[in-house]
Amino acid sequence: MKNIENKEGSETIESLPSSTKLAIELKNITKRFGHVVANSDVNLKVSTGTIHGIVGENGAGKSTLMNILFGLYKPDSGMIFLNGQAVDVNSPEKSIALGIGMVHQHFMLVPTFTVLENAMLGNEGSMFLQSGEEFVLDRLRGLSENYGLDVDFEAIISETPVGMQQRVEILKALNRGAKILILDEPTGVLTPQETIGLFDILRSLREQGVTIVLITHKLKEIMSITDTVSVMRGGKVVANFSTEKTSPEELAENMVGRKVLLSIKKPTLKVGNPVLEVKNVSHESKDGVNVLKDISFDLRQGEILGIAGVAGNGQSELLDILSGIETLQRGKITVNDKTILPYQDWNSKKAREFGVAHVPEDRHKRGLVLPFYNYENSILGYHRNEEYSSGFLMDKRKIFNFVDDLVENFDVRPRSSSISSSKLSGGNQQKLVLAREIESNPKILLVGQPTRGVDIGAIERIYEDLMKLKSKGTAILLVSVELDEIMSLSDRIIVMNQGSIVGETNSSDATELDLGKMMSGLEKV
Amino acid sequence: MPESFQLIISLLDSTIRIATPLIFCAMAGIFSERSGIIDIGLEGKMLLSAFVAATATFLTGSPILGLFAAILASCGASFIHGFACITNRGDQVISGLAINILASGLTITLGIALFSRGGQTPPLASEQRFMPIEFPFLDEMSYVPVLGDLFVEVISGHNILVYLSVLAVFFTYYVIFKTRFGLRLRAVGEKPEAVDTAGISVIKLRYQSILIAGMLCGLAGAYLSIAHGAGFGREMSAGKGYIALAAMIFGKWNPIPTLFACLLFGFLEALGVRLEGVELMWIGEVPVQVMQALPYVLTVVLLAGFIGKARAPGAIGVPYSKEG
Repeated sequence: MKNIENKEGSETIESLPSSTKLAIELKNITKRFGHVVANSDVNLKVSTGTIHGIVGENGAGKSTLMNILFGLYKPDSGMIFLNGQAVDVNSPEKSIALGIGMVHQHFMLVPTFTVLENAMLGNEGSMFLQSGEEFVLDRLRGLSENYGLDVDFEAIISETPVGMQQRVEILKALNRGAKILILDEPTGVLTPQETIGLFDILRSLREQGVTIVLITHKLKEIMSITDTVSVMRGGKVVANFSTEKTSPEELAENMVGRKVLLSIKKPTLKVGNPVLEVKNVSHESKDGVNVLKDISFDLRQGEILGIAGVAGNGQSELLDILSGIETLQRGKITVNDKTILPYQDWNSKKAREFGVAHVPEDRHKRGLVLPFYNYENSILGYHRNEEYSSGFLMDKRKIFNFVDDLVENFDVRPRSSSISSSKLSGGNQQKLVLAREIESNPKILLVGQPTRGVDIGAIERIYEDLMKLKSKGTAILLVSVELDEIMSLSDRIIVMNQGSIVGETNSSDATELDLGKMMSGLEKV
Repeated sequence: MPESFQLIISLLDSTIRIATPLIFCAMAGIFSERSGIIDIGLEGKMLLSAFVAATATFLTGSPILGLFAAILASCGASFIHGFACITNRGDQVISGLAINILASGLTITLGIALFSRGGQTPPLASEQRFMPIEFPFLDEMSYVPVLGDLFVEVISGHNILVYLSVLAVFFTYYVIFKTRFGLRLRAVGEKPEAVDTAGISVIKLRYQSILIAGMLCGLAGAYLSIAHGAGFGREMSAGKGYIALAAMIFGKWNPIPTLFACLLFGFLEALGVRLEGVELMWIGEVPVQVMQALPYVLTVVLLAGFIGKARAPGAIGVPYSKEG
């Protein structure tokens, strides 16, 4: 593990012969969104005609960095060099003129337009569409054949498969004369066959001198197609490698990283009976993707079960189903001896009645109504309780009594019931949500990303509160992308990859390396 | 000529007169809404430009100058709408309503201040208006049965703005569907991110679209006060802007179907005027309000069940911002 620490902030790319020309060089790029630092002092070098991979977990700052290079975001500081020249990329217009093309994670296509109309947008060839279309179509057909970008120019985008939509995006970039192509998580929506097709296209682009930057969190893809790779974590580039000189294991270690482990006193408790049993749960998303595949596990009284995995591997959907936000499609869930079957009446109100409390992954979207006052947010979801009301009116005096104690006991700062929750820091917002859910005396607590965007002091407090809850016998299901969090809090750990459980281990036996491998889908245990 | 035929001819003639401002406004609506900006303010822009057209014409004696002043005023209102909704990302419906209320109050206030005639402008002489244009060969054509009458009574004898409104339809169709600007305009109304990442300014494109809408509304206003009418009267737009909006939705944001929707609504209104006080078989006398409500009722009923779903541009009403 030590060698990783040493690589922090290193800038050298050992593999680069000094003679190669750099297509892209980013120097000391920093970008903040409000208080959140998305990119911190990032340096990156990509040589001409290579495929460079950027790996990192969700939220590591990969997309932000590329959006800066493409001119969508303005960096707070730092310099961009293209082919050795310092450039000021302040708009996509500018970056396109400089030969940069970007295929965004969410396609930037007009759904009602044809493939041709989308591909020509921005470089139409003429003021008038008819003459322009003939001209552009010729050029596009050429590009299409040259690089194997097979598309149907007449088809309406909304009726074409995502694989073709992606090829349209690449064509669109090439039509604008892109010499540098950025692809943001290009394989997330593709089937394995489509992925192979995409990689063939990328290889033929590279052969003809196009420089490609590939953002992904899938290590297998990095190994199979890139020449060089940078690892990002927490808004920084933490390591650079030549792909042939590195291994998925090494990349995984760097991706996950190591933080100072907080010392947590784990209460040793005899685990009780199962309170949550999940049997053969599968789920299909609205886009028809199988996001959960045959998930089975159980959770016992007084136990913390950690679910590890790179974000986007089905954990969120699992939480949604267990908390009653999503309908159960297949399988069976038993909560406190009550059975829930597919398409049965199951919602978050019912979940609360059954003793399931939920700290959502995204506290802004689901945990809080941000402009509401603390006293309102503190009873959200429990507002029907009789203790907060007199008759059919809400009883503000009772609510304030409760909330004043709540912010005191859970150390929510500032200690005020009548301040808007939007004015709280991320950590204190999270403490408020957690306090609300713990105060409902749940049998089962579902926790998603409890410390995302939370400062170190608040993290400690949140861990303590979770431990206190556990010692009271509550079963806790902890979903987190922070591996050390999972490892230090959980009694048992299951690992999810691509909607399946790929491994289970006791936390005392687990090593980061093993978990990292499982998370990347490299190894089944 | 049989009397019923005569009736139809004169109905068609007034249909065209009534439909003209609707057509201008509906085309304006298409330009604005295809680019993603809701344009409730058609009504207000038309009213404002009607007032400015009459005032400028009265003061200068030239209807051409009046027309240009009207277009300028309407574009000014469009610009305010744009500043509120595009630059400052305000609510488009609220801003449009504000323009309507502003126009309603401002025209009356200014009218009283300038002319002391209770909000009206002084009547304009014939040479200060756009007068009907008689086509050549009218005499010869009048000998041709049916077609001749149609030509003489319906096609010929309107002022220049009526013919311009028909041109406006083809102009709108051509620009939106056949030019590079139109492609980008439609794209920005469906998915502004796609336009932005293609290196085209969303803001500039939307301003251009609503300024074209402003020009077209200016023509509609000028038609009311210095072509069809001979001066401005308070609230003379009388809800035509809203009918134009209904026609635009009826026509599914497409210029040619929208033209027919405008003609249909114009015809209904012409019929309503003709039927005022007339006893109908079985029904009896139809209240004029029923006829006035017909375009709206028709829009709702037909949209609900008969002509299928009208799909608005994908990004309509949503202010665009880059960083979330």
